[in-house]
Amino acid sequence: MNKKPLTERILSADGGLVSFASYQAAGGYDSARKALTEMQPEQVQQQVKDANLRGRGGAGFPTGLKWSFVPMGEAAGPGHKYMVCNADEMEPGTFKDRYLMEKDPHLLVEGMIIAAYAVQADKAFIFIRGEYHKAARALESAIDEAREKGFVGKNVFGSAFSVDLVVHRSGGRYICGEETALLNALEGKRAQPRTKPPFPPVSGAWGRPTVVNNVETICNVPCIIKEGAEWYQALGIGEDAGTKIYGVSGRVNKPGLWELPMGTTVREIIETHAGGMQKGYALRGFLPGGASTDFLVEEHLDLPMNYGSIQAAGSRMGTGTMIIMDDSICPVALAMNLQHFFAQESCGFCTPCREGLPWLEALLKDIEEGRGSTGDLELLEQNADYIGTPGNTFCLHATGAIEPLTSALKYFRADFEQHIEQGCCTYQTSAPLKAAGT
Amino acid sequence: MSESSTMQLIPTLSDEERRDIEAEIAHLPDRQSAAIDALRIVQKYRGWVSDESVAAIADLLGMSPVAIDSIATFYNLIFRKPVGRNVIMVCDSVSCFIMGADDVKQALMDKLGVDLGQTTQDDRFTLLPIVCLGACDRAPAIMINEDLIYKVSAENLDEVLKGYE
Repeated sequence: MNKKPLTERILSADGGLVSFASYQAAGGYDSARKALTEMQPEQVQQQVKDANLRGRGGAGFPTGLKWSFVPMGEAAGPGHKYMVCNADEMEPGTFKDRYLMEKDPHLLVEGMIIAAYAVQADKAFIFIRGEYHKAARALESAIDEAREKGFVGKNVFGSAFSVDLVVHRSGGRYICGEETALLNALEGKRAQPRTKPPFPPVSGAWGRPTVVNNVETICNVPCIIKEGAEWYQALGIGEDAGTKIYGVSGRVNKPGLWELPMGTTVREIIETHAGGMQKGYALRGFLPGGASTDFLVEEHLDLPMNYGSIQAAGSRMGTGTMIIMDDSICPVALAMNLQHFFAQESCGFCTPCREGLPWLEALLKDIEEGRGSTGDLELLEQNADYIGTPGNTFCLHATGAIEPLTSALKYFRADFEQHIEQGCCTYQTSAPLKAAGT
Repeated sequence: MSESSTMQLIPTLSDEERRDIEAEIAHLPDRQSAAIDALRIVQKYRGWVSDESVAAIADLLGMSPVAIDSIATFYNLIFRKPVGRNVIMVCDSVSCFIMGADDVKQALMDKLGVDLGQTTQDDRFTLLPIVCLGACDRAPAIMINEDLIYKVSAENLDEVLKGYE
């Protein structure tokens, strides 16, 4: 049985680019042809729903359910419907979507055709971050190749369905990854999140029904159509279906990415696939799925990496690419680095986020540089709670920002206290981050 | 804005710029939606976006220059000041930080004699910070122009910079 539907072609190409010819030789575009010529759009939605595919961008929302919110037929009213791929991979520590797009661009193109058909979108965009030049070029070439064969454009596979698929390069900023901010960016505006409801499947890009899905999510669609929902469910271990591209960065022996059954344990990922910690370094903690997920520690190593287990432990699986904090890294400096990122990337619309996150960064800087005082940790906690409580801000940027901070205060509190008591940082490698000036 | 002042203030965009911008507009339901594309295209040809270019884009898309400027200044990949012949973006996010990005940043500042956000006197390099470049398994990473460069260190910087005149 095929265990790596997302990366098998990349692995056979020795990690190189999967060409249009090799993609087709491996059965590529058969799924899109099958969906468009043998299935009704609602059947495609149902199959993805039955497969229990959940969003791989961080939130884990059921993909088929999201698609089913799109009004179909006359209920949609006159005008376009949009299918948008969120290729704005900017969650620090995350590098899985770039790998998929650079190495096997046709997989995403095929997934987009099927997804667009499922919701009857006639306009499709791949919204890609501006720094991903190589991936954008690979996708543009792949779309051109597919268009020449009649796989994209008018009357795809000779069917009545037509879709215009375009790569849209972003102008920057992490907040574009938030789906409603992404839609504003796509419309050429400042990327400020929108109020929800209405949710994008009802009113999204240019006020029309729009689905936004992550790259890895879309890349799962062709194999679900080809092999069926039951086959896909069986790929996962435990409660969640399919495979997941897990990643590890930090001081491990073999940092990288691996497509593994969903629900593989953290320990197996770190110790077997990433080769364990480098000699002389020990694991202090890890961010399981990017910068906006809570720290977990050694006691969590035997948890399966799936949505429910990581959430029950007080964090989130997020993007599934984990960042290892070893014992040479000062937790205060790392928390400051993370707050610097979130403070800088706030869109500036809501006061708690715009004013609060730089304030948290400044207080962490004081503690890191030996100017902390008694009561600072309680102050950090109080303000993190106020800034990060969902509902106090328009979107979840600030909520994500305080997750690594409050969990750092929980698991590495002694380090914070020591900084305040001793009036200095005792870690040699933790040079304070300078304020970035652009 | 009256027509006469428009003619004084707005230099024409090049034929290539207009062609590329119109190609983006063709995929969109209205001209204004191409604002970010237009800024990126002008920057591709000119290196940065001047006040004059802001006005010219505004004119082409039927928008006010202040609306274009508020969009331009929101996005970090749009430069509203001139940059050097090569733009170095040094990742300062968490994985690179763990793997020594601060040393790389300091070495770059020392070697080039500039702070973040500045351009060398010979206009060869502009140094900017950037968020996670998605190369966390081969950190620390930097990007020079459109090239992603892995496992940069204070020791191999000379070799890395050599290819960029």
